[in-house]
Amino acid sequence: MRTVAVVGTSLAGLRAAQELRGRGFDGRLVMIGAEPPYDRPPLSKDFLLGKVSAEDLALAGQDDLAALDAEWHLGVRAERLGAAGVTLEDGTTIAADGYVVATGAAARTLDAARKLNGVHTLRTLDDAVSLKQGLAAGPGSVVVIGAGFIGAEVASACRLLGHDVTVIEAMPVPLAPVIGPEMGTVCAGLHAEGDVRLIAGVPVAGFAGADRVTGVRLADGREIPADLVVAGVGARPATEWLTGSGLAVDDGVLVDSGCVTANPRVIAVGDVARYRCRLRGRRVRAEHWTAANEQAGVAVANLLAGETVTHFARHGYFWSDQYGRRLQFAGVATEDVRIVEGDVASKRFVATYHRGESLAGVFAIDSPRPFTRLRRAL
Amino acid sequence: MIRACSVSELPEGEALRLDGPVPVSVFHAEGGFYALDDTCSHQDASLADGWIEDCYVECPLHAARFDLRTGVPNCLPAKNAVRTYPVVVADGVIYVDTEARRDVA
Ligand SMILES: Cc1cc2nc3c(=O)[nH]c(=O)nc-3n(C[C@H](O)[C@H](O)[C@H](O)COP(=O)(O)OP(=O)(O)OC[C@H]3O[C@@H](n4cnc5c(N)ncnc54)[C@H](O)[C@@H]3O)c2cc1C
Ligand code: FES
Repeated sequence: MRTVAVVGTSLAGLRAAQELRGRGFDGRLVMIGAEPPYDRPPLSKDFLLGKVSAEDLALAGQDDLAALDAEWHLGVRAERLGAAGVTLEDGTTIAADGYVVATGAAARTLDAARKLNGVHTLRTLDDAVSLKQGLAAGPGSVVVIGAGFIGAEVASACRLLGHDVTVIEAMPVPLAPVIGPEMGTVCAGLHAEGDVRLIAGVPVAGFAGADRVTGVRLADGREIPADLVVAGVGARPATEWLTGSGLAVDDGVLVDSGCVTANPRVIAVGDVARYRCRLRGRRVRAEHWTAANEQAGVAVANLLAGETVTHFARHGYFWSDQYGRRLQFAGVATEDVRIVEGDVASKRFVATYHRGESLAGVFAIDSPRPFTRLRRAL
Repeated sequence: MIRACSVSELPEGEALRLDGPVPVSVFHAEGGFYALDDTCSHQDASLADGWIEDCYVECPLHAARFDLRTGVPNCLPAKNAVRTYPVVVADGVIYVDTEARRDVA
């Protein structure tokens, strides 16, 4: 393999590049990314709170980047992938023997809010900077739509910054599909404890305001006043540029358990990849930091081998920081949940999920040591 | 030199955090005893809560792996090393020389 083009230069793309060099690829490495490599998770946590700066978010130092000995096309999007190679929006076409698709995902937006000022999403550093500016205007009423992890983290940060915060969640129990209803209920309780109002089980119907948002309308007729709204309603994989590429796309680039597409010269990693998960027996998209980090090694080994020789079979893992607490989850949630350390009342505990005799998942709040040991036992 | 604990109190694979102005932890790995700054150089996790394997400790939060001998991380997300400290075992007791911290090149 002489030339490899990596499209998307965030966590998954950077890690893939590092793995390529680490595994002895000494050909031409072309990095194409709309943004430089930076770390996203702090955007909804320490960055919003002003504890870390944009520079602190860099995923690699100048030396590490130089060591990759790559040709960089930053600040440009890839528009097309075809027989001639990958074509960028500035017209450049780069022909390569191998392609790494690492374009991640983009925040979902709410159609009804499109034309309104004061409605934010949070995915990129630019989003975070704009949200921070909006919040700096002075204490006000913030409505966060969505009580998933990002919504909860934003709500927590806004409250700490002195705003009056309401979270609106369409599902009756937040996070239930991910961590199960029992633990979802525990997480719902964190909002009240953090002095944030949670309205669950009611979808958003629309917005009030002419140019600028003044409120959020709920399906039950209520209107919640808002000076600023953050929609944390999920992300969709960034695959538009692959139209016409011949790659199969269905809520993500379809890849096998080794992150390889039907074309062995094209791999997909991170949030954009929908891979065949050997542990769950179906195709999933892992929208978490650790998966993007770990898939890179597997996928690159397969790209260099020219076929799938190794598989990604790690249990999903993610963490979240909310209201001064640290949440960690690994594996899958089942209905058989047991508290094995601490107690729910004190919000410091470890819960395990079981499937028959075997351990299926672990969820913990403020208990990193026992969590780590149980995660290893999965 | 500060007394950490007796050798028997720290089985292989375990770590002990010594609280002080700068928390330092002592680790018992395959190759012996090592001491590092306890706070991960990435964010604020305690490395004593991490997973010890071979000569490395994996951070319990985002899995950066630090070499116990040098304090240098060998993978993301940590970019900076943590400081290491000499460990002395005498009469079955583990001591850490917290004054003699070694910054890594
Ligand atoms: C606010 C926030 C908080 C989070 N917190 C956590 C957390 O606490 N724990 C956790 O486990 N996970 C967290 N995540 C998820 C984690 O950040 C992602 O899983 C991870 O960033 C995925 O990396 P990726 O490289 O696959 O995708 P991305 O980070 O989305 O990177 C894709 C890159 O590709 C670029 N790109 C897209 N299209 C094109 C194109 N056509 N041409 C060129 N470039 C393109 C994008 O600009 C982007 O830079 C969080 C995410 C967000 C947004
Ligand atoms: S806090 Fe240790 S790796 Fe992030």
